[in-house]
Amino acid sequence: MISRRLPPWAVNAVLVPLASVFCGFVVAGVVIAVTGSDPFQALTALFQGAFTNHEAFAETLVASIPYIFLGLGLALGFKAGLFNIGAEGQFYIGGLAGVFVAYSIHGLPGLIEIPLAILAGMLGGFVWSGVAGALKARFGAHEVITTIMLNYIAFLLANYLIDGGLMLAKNVSTPRTPEIDANAELPIIIPGTRLHFGLILAVLAAPAVWFLIERTTIGFQLRSVGFNPTAARANGMSVGRTLVLSMGISGALAGAAGIVQILGLSHHMTDTVAAGYGFDAIAVALLARSNPWGVLPAAFLFGALRNGASFMQLETQVSADLVSIVQAMVIIFVAAPVIVRWLLRLRAQPVQELQLAERDEATVV
Amino acid sequence: MGLILEFPIYDNLVLSDFDERPYANGLVRRLSVLREHARKLMKAFDIRAQAPEQPVGSLSGGNQQKVILARELGTRPQLLIASQPTRGLDVGSIEFVHSRLVTQRDEGLAVLLVSSELDEVLSLADRVAVIYRGKIVAELEGEAIDRERIGLLMAGAA
Repeated sequence: MISRRLPPWAVNAVLVPLASVFCGFVVAGVVIAVTGSDPFQALTALFQGAFTNHEAFAETLVASIPYIFLGLGLALGFKAGLFNIGAEGQFYIGGLAGVFVAYSIHGLPGLIEIPLAILAGMLGGFVWSGVAGALKARFGAHEVITTIMLNYIAFLLANYLIDGGLMLAKNVSTPRTPEIDANAELPIIIPGTRLHFGLILAVLAAPAVWFLIERTTIGFQLRSVGFNPTAARANGMSVGRTLVLSMGISGALAGAAGIVQILGLSHHMTDTVAAGYGFDAIAVALLARSNPWGVLPAAFLFGALRNGASFMQLETQVSADLVSIVQAMVIIFVAAPVIVRWLLRLRAQPVQELQLAERDEATVV
Repeated sequence: MGLILEFPIYDNLVLSDFDERPYANGLVRRLSVLREHARKLMKAFDIRAQAPEQPVGSLSGGNQQKVILARELGTRPQLLIASQPTRGLDVGSIEFVHSRLVTQRDEGLAVLLVSSELDEVLSLADRVAVIYRGKIVAELEGEAIDRERIGLLMAGAA
């Protein structure tokens, strides 16, 4: 068996996710066959749409960019034991705050305008998700509930500000904000495509988030609270402050996804800009097993699925929604590693996983 | 004070002073310092493990307790409250924990031992306070520490 020759971390971090993705495609193939189409044709079209020429490949990378930022934010939340469902809303708020700066400022060099806009977007996301963090820290309100609620407020706030007129551009047929200042646009890195500088920012964000989680005192508190809040509190850490901060950073990364999407692609904001990225990204972070490095390939896969889907629909009349089935199956297999391990004939790890369940029973002096 | 079982030994040894020098330089943690610190304490407290990187959860109960002891005594405290410090440990580890507590007492540390093991209390304590129904009903010292008398006090009979 291949798994025997691999170290345990490689099995966990690489083999199981890869097998999950493969199983996801197999199940999707069965679904296509059941609905009367040829699964090989459809999946081939999906891959063609995502990779075949350099333009398609660039579009796949373009679609990966928000997934990377969002996936990093959610992965960071998971590390702190926070299940942030609000990335979509934080994406909107980041977009709103950032685009406001980007269309309000004029005539400064891009080196100033772009960081300013991105910082504004991150601050917006930080504050928005920080509310959910504070509600949890202060009142014990569960973040899954509060972030879902905050999503609705964010959608409607975006709708109100853009369609309602406060941030509405003049003389446009569909409601959107004014165009951002030309200097605030992120440059295209491959001419002839839409691939913009945001990709480089996103790829750089991965090691930065990894460093934050694994090598800083903030990350140490975050992981401590995530694993064992009781022990963290007993050792003098402020669990509440850590929760607010973790939730805030998670939202700041989602906010960055929103504003980078605007600075790099649309150059203005509509009230449909997020288009489900924030929800897909939960799957990205899960597939990456909350590892910032793992977010990169996971985001790339989801970018490819999103980009290849429309081509598949065009070529084979298999609905683009089928991609959702692939995504869903991937999540099921990632969330239930027992199935994948059984398929791979791996023995379950006895030590580590049992202890997760027993972690509250740590001995006390 | 608890352990975080998923964390390596070197992290658990600094759970309360992780952000102080020399373990961190500003916001950045210094892993080499932490590993060295762990190696030293593992030796001093006889913590049996392969490496400082090993997750505490993979150690035996006795070695986990030694990690806690090493962390709490390593900060040179003035008062140590040891609540049930040997519950569930094997004989060798109990012996080690006991001798450590006595050594610390000899070096001038105030130790408050909370234990339901009467033998443990009798062999370690200089002064014994008996709690009955949430109140301290007696404090015994020296010759007055008598197994029978304590037994009666514990049952509320005196």
